Amino acid sequence: MTDLLLSQIKPGVESQFGTDEYVVNMGPQHPATHGVLRLVVKLDGETVKETLPVLGYLHRSIEKISENRTYPQCITYTDRVDYVSAMSVNLAFALATERLMGVEAPVRAQWLRMIFVELQRLASHLLWMGAFAGDIGALTPFLYGLRERERILDLFEMTCGQRLTYNYIRIGGVMIDILPEFTEKCSAFLNYFEPKINEYEGLLTYNPIFLERTKGVGVITPEFGINNGVCGPSLRGSGVSCDVRKQQPYLYYDQIQFKECLENDGDCWARYMVRMNEMRESVSIIRQCLERLEPGPVEAKLPPILKAPPASEIYSRIESSRGEMGIYLVGDGTPKPYKVKYRCASFSNLYVLDVLTRGWKVADIMAVLGSLDMIVPEVDR
Amino acid sequence: MFTGESIVKLVSGLLTQAYSLAGLQDYSGLLDRIVCAVAMFGFVSVFVMFLVWMERKVSARMQSRLGPNRVGPFGLLQTLADAIKLTTKEDVKPVKRDKLPYFIAPILAFVATFMGMVVVPFDNKVVVADLNIGVLYIIAITSFTVIAILSAGWSSNNKYSLLGGFRSAAQIVSYEVPLVLSLVPVIMITGKLNFSGIVEYQQRNGYWFVFPQIVAFLTFLASATAEANRAPFDIPEAESELTGGFHTEYSGVKFAMFFLGEYIAIVVSAAVAATVFLGGWLPPLHFLGFVPGFIWFISKVLFIIYLIMAFRWTFPRLRVDQLMDFGWKVLIPVTIANILVTGFVVLLFGKGV
Repeated sequence: MTDLLLSQIKPGVESQFGTDEYVVNMGPQHPATHGVLRLVVKLDGETVKETLPVLGYLHRSIEKISENRTYPQCITYTDRVDYVSAMSVNLAFALATERLMGVEAPVRAQWLRMIFVELQRLASHLLWMGAFAGDIGALTPFLYGLRERERILDLFEMTCGQRLTYNYIRIGGVMIDILPEFTEKCSAFLNYFEPKINEYEGLLTYNPIFLERTKGVGVITPEFGINNGVCGPSLRGSGVSCDVRKQQPYLYYDQIQFKECLENDGDCWARYMVRMNEMRESVSIIRQCLERLEPGPVEAKLPPILKAPPASEIYSRIESSRGEMGIYLVGDGTPKPYKVKYRCASFSNLYVLDVLTRGWKVADIMAVLGSLDMIVPEVDR
Repeated sequence: MFTGESIVKLVSGLLTQAYSLAGLQDYSGLLDRIVCAVAMFGFVSVFVMFLVWMERKVSARMQSRLGPNRVGPFGLLQTLADAIKLTTKEDVKPVKRDKLPYFIAPILAFVATFMGMVVVPFDNKVVVADLNIGVLYIIAITSFTVIAILSAGWSSNNKYSLLGGFRSAAQIVSYEVPLVLSLVPVIMITGKLNFSGIVEYQQRNGYWFVFPQIVAFLTFLASATAEANRAPFDIPEAESELTGGFHTEYSGVKFAMFFLGEYIAIVVSAAVAATVFLGGWLPPLHFLGFVPGFIWFISKVLFIIYLIMAFRWTFPRLRVDQLMDFGWKVLIPVTIANILVTGFVVLLFGKGV
């Protein structure tokens, strides 16, 4: 990796065989990369020799800042860790803190959390679908995805006033109860949305050009994926059962019926299918949660100043839209955490980009990067 | 009847009077040609501006949005506004560029595609130059774009532009073969290279070539889309890849010329397809003949252009090697097979004259 950077500083470093390889910079300002990601790509003609992601363009020291904030204040930072899927990160931190302090949220709050996290999964996958199709070259599904996402964001706005950074799922429950018209608006949305997934599949899934671009491209074998820390839908595309909702159920995921979406090929197309099917599963989960909602309180009774037990630590994980989102918290008896570490799916998934694209063409970098559903704020924090 | 022919007769009558008024009767032949060329230039320029608007509207509606609707009624003047903006932009030129090719390339791209429009008949005998070798002329002219693209890519002194230029040139050159081969069966059946003659054949025999030669029509459409560097074959200028391809280093009017040149290439291809496969100025049903021929022609051209636009906003992009594979390993064998079958049929059933 270092000689790739060196060859950028010292131009003219040629390989032993004298064929001209050249180093190209994709990003950080780039119409396609999903945020400010810089990819230093060593090319031999059209073939990729090495891809080096250069990170840090979106580093905001969230983990360090969190050390100087009280636990409830940290929740506002979690939205920014993954702003496309903010509810999941909210939930991850809230659950971690609750487990650390032995607090439990009331029943209604848990159901509400499930509804919102699954709605967020839908919104995130819709944006992913648009960006992935756009990377491959089909520019239209992006707008369809965003159109549906708007309706989900309207639902969020109705509940907590925010469209992107919600700060809704709090320690001990949720911020505020849903409005009475939420359930019917949500059901109406689900009824409207479910046939749309078939529409978008009809546009992309069996399109010969799409198949040529994604079938057999970027194959992650199960062993390779597990050994290199791939998680979430990217690993489920290789047939590995790794859904945290199934393995270590949190909230009430063990009380509802849903399938873990697996595919066997491990290529970009498989990962695409996994996420499309996950959208269908999310719709079904939300419907079940809406049925099981009972009136009740939405916040637990918490002490005015939340203190963690001294010398305590916990690693708590949930299944966010992109994969396993883990929070490692160390408490020291004060209202502020001693250490917060976000284990983000995109960071570990990004590692395999280099290996997957070696020997493939430049266009495949975009296809693989899109299929990994990588979000830069998660990578850089 | 209000036909294209009658309009042309009217206008040439007026012109002859104008010439005699100005005392230029001796040069009437030359002046007629110049007036025709200028009229064609004017028409195509306006048509292309309309097409840019049409693309934005079509793409917008397909994407569940509105498209331009502020500048002028229905946003029709949007292209004019964009053109004015492009002409007033600073002409940023790379310092180490190769000056002559850099200057020539956009002009060549624009002019060469224009030259293709002079042989296309808009109505019976409404054509700038009714060449006997019309098809051959168009095929030859469309090859000029390769020179323009290579010059642009090389002279920009930019490795990305060079890459883009190479990819573009390779693509265009590869897809010229199936383009030409798709037109060959029609020439075999009619025995003419003259566009008006091909339309007259379709009129006499009562069928459009799209029906027996549906394969040729589809391969022609695919090749024409690839020739114009449009999606799904637009890897060279794919925005999500390495910058803008061969026209990265061009700004202002020069960029506008490349941009418009691409649209004119579309118009020429659509016009050729409409003439050869869809019957040119002929109405689809005989009793609709009261509608002037050039209206039919323009409708057919617009229909094909709409198809080409719909391709762009529906399909993903092909990777460069897949693109070349498709051209060489799929389209060329298919077109050659088509020629073989057509040849057999012509031999068995005789050439219709």
